[in-house]
Amino acid sequence: MTISGDGERPDGGTPLLEVRDLTVHHGQLRALDAISLRVLPGEVYAIIGANGAGKSTLMRTIAGLHHPTAGSVLFDGTDVTGLRPERRAGQGIVMVPEGRRLFGSLSVEENLKVGATYARPGPWTIERVYEMFDWMRERRGQLTAQLSGGEQQTVAIGRALVANPRVLLLDELSLGLAPVIVQRIYGMLPQIMSTGLTVLLVEQDVSQALRVASHIHCLLEGRTTLEGRPADVTADQVEAAYFGLAGAGPVSQPGEGSEP
Amino acid sequence: MAWVNAIIQGVLIGGLYALFACGLSLMFGVMKVVNLAHGDLAVVAGYIAIGIITIIHIPVLWSFLIVVPLMALLGYVLQRTILQGALDRSVLTTLMVTFGLSVVIENGLLQFFTANSRAIGTGLALVSGSFTVGSQIQIGYLPLVIFVVAVVVLLGLQYFLSASKFGRLIRAVADDKEAAQLSGADYRHVFGIAAAIAFGTVALAGIAYGMYSQLDPTAGTDTILLFAFAAVVIGGLGSLWGTLLGGVVLGVAQQIGAQISLSDEVLAGFIVFLAVLVLRPQGLISRGAQS
Repeated sequence: MTISGDGERPDGGTPLLEVRDLTVHHGQLRALDAISLRVLPGEVYAIIGANGAGKSTLMRTIAGLHHPTAGSVLFDGTDVTGLRPERRAGQGIVMVPEGRRLFGSLSVEENLKVGATYARPGPWTIERVYEMFDWMRERRGQLTAQLSGGEQQTVAIGRALVANPRVLLLDELSLGLAPVIVQRIYGMLPQIMSTGLTVLLVEQDVSQALRVASHIHCLLEGRTTLEGRPADVTADQVEAAYFGLAGAGPVSQPGEGSEP
Repeated sequence: MAWVNAIIQGVLIGGLYALFACGLSLMFGVMKVVNLAHGDLAVVAGYIAIGIITIIHIPVLWSFLIVVPLMALLGYVLQRTILQGALDRSVLTTLMVTFGLSVVIENGLLQFFTANSRAIGTGLALVSGSFTVGSQIQIGYLPLVIFVVAVVVLLGLQYFLSASKFGRLIRAVADDKEAAQLSGADYRHVFGIAAAIAFGTVALAGIAYGMYSQLDPTAGTDTILLFAFAAVVIGGLGSLWGTLLGGVVLGVAQQIGAQISLSDEVLAGFIVFLAVLVLRPQGLISRGAQS
């Protein structure tokens, strides 16, 4: 089920975001080993995998926060591997980082304003974010440190949206959030997608990923173990790919996680 | 009445100390750089002012218009080159680098300008004059002007940081530079601007000190850096209002010390500094109160 090394993805189309044979090291440790993926415009592409599979490393490398040892990142046909994160954001690759990473001493509105400072032209404005999350308008003067985890996550998404990304990278949205909150946040995805966005997300919760994604990609210890449309993969295949059971890839060895 | 006088003089000189401190506080607050060359750079600014006044014979106040932008430019360039390079390695490296810078500047000044102290001759009646309040309180125009300038600079800086677009960006980068990058901000450039602003205030501090007292190559570390540190620690790191308060508390403590015995002036200031460090290490106004 792994993709072929050349041409278009089995399910067709020209990719908006493409990763070619990406290898990333953290010091001596190989976090990603020749990962390739193609994200088509308008889809929700989910990367799943256990802790330490290299999911966040992959996202951070696509956003420009890590430098790959080999391989390249292409966006809309051009190579962006050498670009700094701020330049990539300017071109439309915007990430909601793991752990939300809001500006803690800034208010809700100031966080959004920072997000909009270098925004590309597009449909998203602070006003539109307020329309989508009405509680935010009332509490725009509050420091983000005073918000709940779910509220912080929505502000983080809002901060990314006002930059008018073409590809939105969502790194572990559900981290540390109650399931009901996670449901609510994922429930907004269709509304976000309706503005023509493409989403690449990392999710540890496989069932959640299978529900929202049009394409899934499973990592195990920095390698691709499974790839395809949710409809085309069986639960057994996913389980095998996720845990590294026989036939789907190398056997998982506890303690060899490659994420820092 | 003598005590009241001491307190008033202390408050006024506290303005100068706050001016010393605000660049140090800003550099630490934004890029976590403890600039040990801070005082020496202020002295350099003072020497540049003396040089400009001697060579092209412009009025003292005009020298600000040249020296402040010049130092701001130097700040941007230093930040983007040497300081950023040090920051990329580790925060501790910046300590070593700025310490090295301090040694180089101090000895460079000794080499070229000798150890003789120089004052920035103002020649202005306004600056050397004073007025009397009541019978015993004499207020010099210069300390008063310096105090007002310090308050205006801190007010302006506070307003810039809290209300302007770029100020907001500076605070965002100070909070989380990686997240700021993801929002499209080039944090190195933002750091450069913050350093330029800090160096601008360093220039003001250096010239003000040169007018108030005398400059010599060692004044940077002996006086300006030490008092700046004391003011920042007393007031609380990263808080501009804390910096003003810290300067004033230091100034008042020194003047009260001098009132007790002239030789106790500096000692009294550092006793307060030590007391704050022991009893309230986060400073009188902690950082959360900044915005």
